[in-house]
Amino acid sequence: MNDMTPTSAERAEKLEGMGCKRKRVEDIRFTQGKGNYVDDLKLPGMLYGDLVRSPHAHARVKSIDTSKAAAVPGVVAVITAETLKTVNLAWMPTLAGDVQMVLADGRVLFQNQEVAFVIAESREAAADAVELVEVDYEQLPVNVDPLKAMASNAPMIREDLKDKTDGAHGKRKHYNHIFSWQAGDKAATDAAFARADVTIREFIVYPRVHPCPLETCQCVASFDKIKGELTLWGTFQAPHVIRTVGSLISKIPEHKIHVIAPDIGGGFGNKVGAYSGYICSIVASIVTGRPVKWVEDRIENLSTTAFARDFHMDMEIAATKEGKVTAMRCYTIADHGAFDACANATKWPAGLFSIISGSYDFPAAYCLVDGVYTNKAPGGVAYRCSFRVTEAAYCIERAMDIMAQKVGMDPAEFRMKNLIRREQFPYTSAFGWQYDSGDYQTAMNKAMETVNYKKLREEQKAKRHAFKRGETRDLMGIGVAFFTEIVGAGPSRACDILGIAMFDSAEIRIHPTGSGICRLGTKSQGQGHETTYAQIIATELGLPADNIMIEEGNTDTAPYGLGTYGSRSTPVSGAATAMACRKIKAKAQMIAAYMLEVHDDDLEWDVDRFRVKGNPESFKTMTELAWAAYHEVPPGMEPGLEAINYYDPPNFTFPFGAYICVVDVDVDTGMTNVRRFYALDDCGIRINPMIIEGQIHGGLTEAFGIAMGQEIHYDDDGNITTASLMDYFLPTAVETPHWETDWTTTPSPHHPIGAKGVGESPNVGGVPCFSNAVNDAFTFLGSTHIQMPHDHWRIWTAAEKLGLHE
Amino acid sequence: MAKSHVTMKVNGKIVDELVEPRTLLIHFLREQLMLTGPHIGCETSHCGACTVDLDGKSVKSCTVFALQANGAEIRTIEGIANADGTLHALQEGFREMHGLQCGFCTPGMITRAYRLLQENPNPSEVEIRYGISGNLCRCTGYQNIVKAIQYAAAKLTGVPFQEAAE
Repeated sequence: MNDMTPTSAERAEKLEGMGCKRKRVEDIRFTQGKGNYVDDLKLPGMLYGDLVRSPHAHARVKSIDTSKAAAVPGVVAVITAETLKTVNLAWMPTLAGDVQMVLADGRVLFQNQEVAFVIAESREAAADAVELVEVDYEQLPVNVDPLKAMASNAPMIREDLKDKTDGAHGKRKHYNHIFSWQAGDKAATDAAFARADVTIREFIVYPRVHPCPLETCQCVASFDKIKGELTLWGTFQAPHVIRTVGSLISKIPEHKIHVIAPDIGGGFGNKVGAYSGYICSIVASIVTGRPVKWVEDRIENLSTTAFARDFHMDMEIAATKEGKVTAMRCYTIADHGAFDACANATKWPAGLFSIISGSYDFPAAYCLVDGVYTNKAPGGVAYRCSFRVTEAAYCIERAMDIMAQKVGMDPAEFRMKNLIRREQFPYTSAFGWQYDSGDYQTAMNKAMETVNYKKLREEQKAKRHAFKRGETRDLMGIGVAFFTEIVGAGPSRACDILGIAMFDSAEIRIHPTGSGICRLGTKSQGQGHETTYAQIIATELGLPADNIMIEEGNTDTAPYGLGTYGSRSTPVSGAATAMACRKIKAKAQMIAAYMLEVHDDDLEWDVDRFRVKGNPESFKTMTELAWAAYHEVPPGMEPGLEAINYYDPPNFTFPFGAYICVVDVDVDTGMTNVRRFYALDDCGIRINPMIIEGQIHGGLTEAFGIAMGQEIHYDDDGNITTASLMDYFLPTAVETPHWETDWTTTPSPHHPIGAKGVGESPNVGGVPCFSNAVNDAFTFLGSTHIQMPHDHWRIWTAAEKLGLHE
Repeated sequence: MAKSHVTMKVNGKIVDELVEPRTLLIHFLREQLMLTGPHIGCETSHCGACTVDLDGKSVKSCTVFALQANGAEIRTIEGIANADGTLHALQEGFREMHGLQCGFCTPGMITRAYRLLQENPNPSEVEIRYGISGNLCRCTGYQNIVKAIQYAAAKLTGVPFQEAAE
């Protein structure tokens, strides 16, 4: 080898594989305004749909008169539940095993529920006609409080289920009850509480919020009557699921439905489900024979499609007087709104909520969740988290602080004492989850050292004295959170959606010149899949990432997969990508052995080539092998170089992290200033550190929004009072704090490349960290728990209740 | 509804079209001129995804009628690149500094930053944060958008860009 030959390291660097801060492929088009989003699509003859919505939260629909609307110039048709009944689509199944009205069938159960669908030649004509649909309502009593849903005199939300004593998940104990779900060992937990030295109990509410991606939900449906084929473009996080569900309910054969998810302007869980607008657009296209576009506006988005959380948790922890936790139990009322349209794996009505024992070594634990109906919008999606994981993480992290306060320990010290230890992994939790890997103490120590935790506490102590002496009106809060997620749904033994196992897939085809295409069952909504999947392939196959095209979102070309949510793309499709690469590599090795006239076993892999062991100058690069695969394969071997893998993960992955936040609170105004936020994440092997950092910045900002101001609120009459960006808090660049990011790397032992997934960690860990910081500011005054969101008014109110304004 | 005649200069080209009086500028740009770079995120002028440059000011085109823009000079993201076809320093900066994820806010964000840097060629971080506070982003947390704008400011003023320490 002469000096000019690039070294292995130099060749590896050129590939831009795993670990490289590769610039994003997507940005070339996005920065030039050349993204391709659903609303950019304009087809010849396209019509526009718009929905008539209920002004009431609960009412009987006595009559609907569409005649004036139908007479508006440009209006083609007005569809109601009566029209939908002719094709048996007045109701649709939900992902959670319930049914939901597509258009009001005799009743409306939440404000802004879909009542009629107007189809017109223009958006404007449709909007004009919506105003002229006359609906005669008879108002009914309203309940928006989940804690009152199972009272004996509560208004009955679902008359259609009146006589059903069994729901999708077992017995119903009240006409507004959806399911009871429990996990853990109740007897052992109760026994541990009975003998505990110290116990705490707190009612912790995680309010209803909304993912609110900047692009709303939208679709274009185009039915070809001649071919009997439906093409549906839409903002779908899970295009294959939409196609299968679409086929099952429309009876159009699955192969005659083409679902295409183009560029998506953010999802965060909002775009997993199937919504009335989609069904109406499909029916409208079938009826009119023309393409139909439906685009939500922001109020429709915030008030009807996919809320998140609304978990009301009665949480208890038991511990020894030395501060060692012995048990936890939690009883939760989950408000699912008027229809159970929760986006969970079907067998898990409360998602993966039993991750609620968190990062701690609880010998015993138990949780029970009751889902109830109210006159609120349906949903219950995982807003930037795996199914119900953020609710669990929030609850345990708040409760750990409250217990630390009770036993008189520092919150960080108390966590350190109870964290699962490195040597306990793989660790089986009291709820039965097998945590794959972790090194929690190292992460916690690194976080505390980086922010100089001890010094912060000293500063806080001095400030508290100054406050008591009346020298300042500012309180300093230090928030600590240590979270463990459960992501990558999921193993088929545990997870399915309507019977389809939650595997995912990758199909890779290497072309003769050594470039290639990889198609996957997932769907990026900003995560940068076109960039990162190619990096996995670059490292696995030794081909430059720039030579690999990534394609997702077209059900005709992509292999079947369950889509992108719950941080599952890297744990599941990322694994499928690596496994497909390994099939290709095994074939390439046989071709190399044939060409170099050696045995397969005499070859070794070196970055981008197979070389003969002990004779490194005798080699074939992957690019050469790609060419050979199409013209000189060994006798008997099939030509070509491609592979597909459907990956059924053996377990979930368990990313974790240690976050610390410092906040200053002005007790007279309730204003907060996040002085510092440090986030240490461990997502296993890191594919693209630049993208990971970006994901963490974004997730922390969403967490900041949730903790400090977001709430989907209803008044007692069921009017939603936070349905526009005037009232629903999205942080701007001004409020958003500066983020400090850091990491440790503990690979997942069961994932082919050791990666765990990261997109949702900052939301899961961020929300409790902010909330703990605000709460921590007040603990020395005897406060245990102040509910979120911590906006100025609520903080001022908390200060008022503590007598700080006297 | 009777249509009215509008003439304006969009990305350097004169356009001459008929619009309904109630047609919003964003709908005119996206659906009549097929300039789909500017997006619609809220229709209430909170999110800024529809930001365009109108006679030297950043405006939210979802709350301007097309008729109000009669005679105006408009620039959208499609007209931001340099005359020779190379990318504008902001377009480059957003990619270099990872200032975008889903890309939906990006055209409005870059168009706003384009005006900001003409108003203030060397803004501080705080000035940038206030300067883009009419544009929401749900993905990035803004930190890298700030860096992207600093990158562009440095390039446009011929100063070497130095990334602030974390």
